[in-house]
Amino acid sequence: MIALLLRDIRLAVRAGGGFGFGLAFFLLVTVMVPFGVGPEPATLAKIAPGILWVGALLSCLLSLDRIFALDFEDGSLDLLATAPIPLEGVVAIKALAHWLVTGLPLVLVSPVLGVLMNLPGPGYGWLVASLLAGTPALSVIGAFGAALTVGLKRGGLLLSLLVLPMYVPTLIFGAEVVKRGAMGLATGTPMALLAGITAGAVALLPFAAAAAIRVNLR
Amino acid sequence: MSIWEYANPKKFMQTTEVILPWVAVLAVLCLVTGLVWGFFFTPDADRFGSTVKIIYLHVPAAMMATSAWAMMLVTSLIWLIRRHHVSALSAKAAAPVGLCFTVIGLVTGAIWGQPMWGTWWAWDPRLTAFLILALFYLGYIALWSAVDDPDTAADLTSVLCIVGSVFAFLSRYAVLFWNQGLHQGASLSLDKKENVSDVYWIPLLVCIAGFVLLFITLVFLRTRTEIRARRLAALLARERLA
Repeated sequence: MIALLLRDIRLAVRAGGGFGFGLAFFLLVTVMVPFGVGPEPATLAKIAPGILWVGALLSCLLSLDRIFALDFEDGSLDLLATAPIPLEGVVAIKALAHWLVTGLPLVLVSPVLGVLMNLPGPGYGWLVASLLAGTPALSVIGAFGAALTVGLKRGGLLLSLLVLPMYVPTLIFGAEVVKRGAMGLATGTPMALLAGITAGAVALLPFAAAAAIRVNLR
Repeated sequence: MSIWEYANPKKFMQTTEVILPWVAVLAVLCLVTGLVWGFFFTPDADRFGSTVKIIYLHVPAAMMATSAWAMMLVTSLIWLIRRHHVSALSAKAAAPVGLCFTVIGLVTGAIWGQPMWGTWWAWDPRLTAFLILALFYLGYIALWSAVDDPDTAADLTSVLCIVGSVFAFLSRYAVLFWNQGLHQGASLSLDKKENVSDVYWIPLLVCIAGFVLLFITLVFLRTRTEIRARRLAALLARERLA
């Protein structure tokens, strides 16, 4: 399993495209927003939590179809499905690899983008904490969507149609944590709910995704 | 004699052929009675004026929108567990009907909200949850139409329906957290003191019965169409082989 994890990370980093694009997209979305809504610091500070979370969510969405599509095309997914490790484990590892190359960098650069968006001081810690707790859920839910659409020729658009509604609870609680944190309020409740969604998704969705892959490989 | 006999497409076709006209006529009767009674023979409510009458479309449509998804969840589970094709096809048949009811609920709500709240749309928890439900319906229908092989499509959409139910449910309660609402609370519960008065309650019940029957009629009709389409595809495939 560790070998698979390392292989996926290596592929994502070395093969052209993919890695880094998500980060650049996150940066671009955040830079575009002030052009759209105007540069007043007060306005930006007000919408910063929401924009940063939506940006993270969209950049996560960009690379989802690569989780399984390439392996499906060259047949390595068939080999993985017949390998001695359970397919659920393969899904979990691939989601983890996706999170390590997409979610984790987003978490790390988010404070810098917070500066661009004029995020109020107490919000930074909560921004990093909420993204750290929430982005694994984005990767796992995305892996489920990618598993559903892996056999399709043009699954990209359908993938976002399927996955985005499922991102709603994560987005609501994540942005709420940052909003409350930035205003200096207590963040315990949304933080616990966000972590709960992540824990539930990580525990259960690999099974659903593995079922979908078995159907698609039939 | 068990309910699983109706999982046989032939038996299903025979039975629904007999039942369908009766259900359809009953649906029309209930809808006409309920709507005419509601629109013309009930007094205006003191706070709402005549706008209260949109309740006869709004509430039944909204109820059926969520019930249709629940029905799809049940039939999806039956397909995954017992592999009855009629079950999967009825889920496929119910989805566009459910989406229509969701849109009717949203549109009538907007028309009602305009004079009452002074706005067509507010990011109220109930309204938002319904919008998200409509998105789930869209995704489900899109997945059915995107996959070519019928069995694969049935399997994938069933898994999506189960996972989607969990997330739709989560979203329903997440939006409560996110914004406080304008929408009034439940006023049709059977166990509460504060309910709609009987003058509105009885025609509303007739309308709800009419919408349920309408839903059954449409799902029967569409499932029969799906079964016929499946038979046609099988015949064409046999012809090509011969």
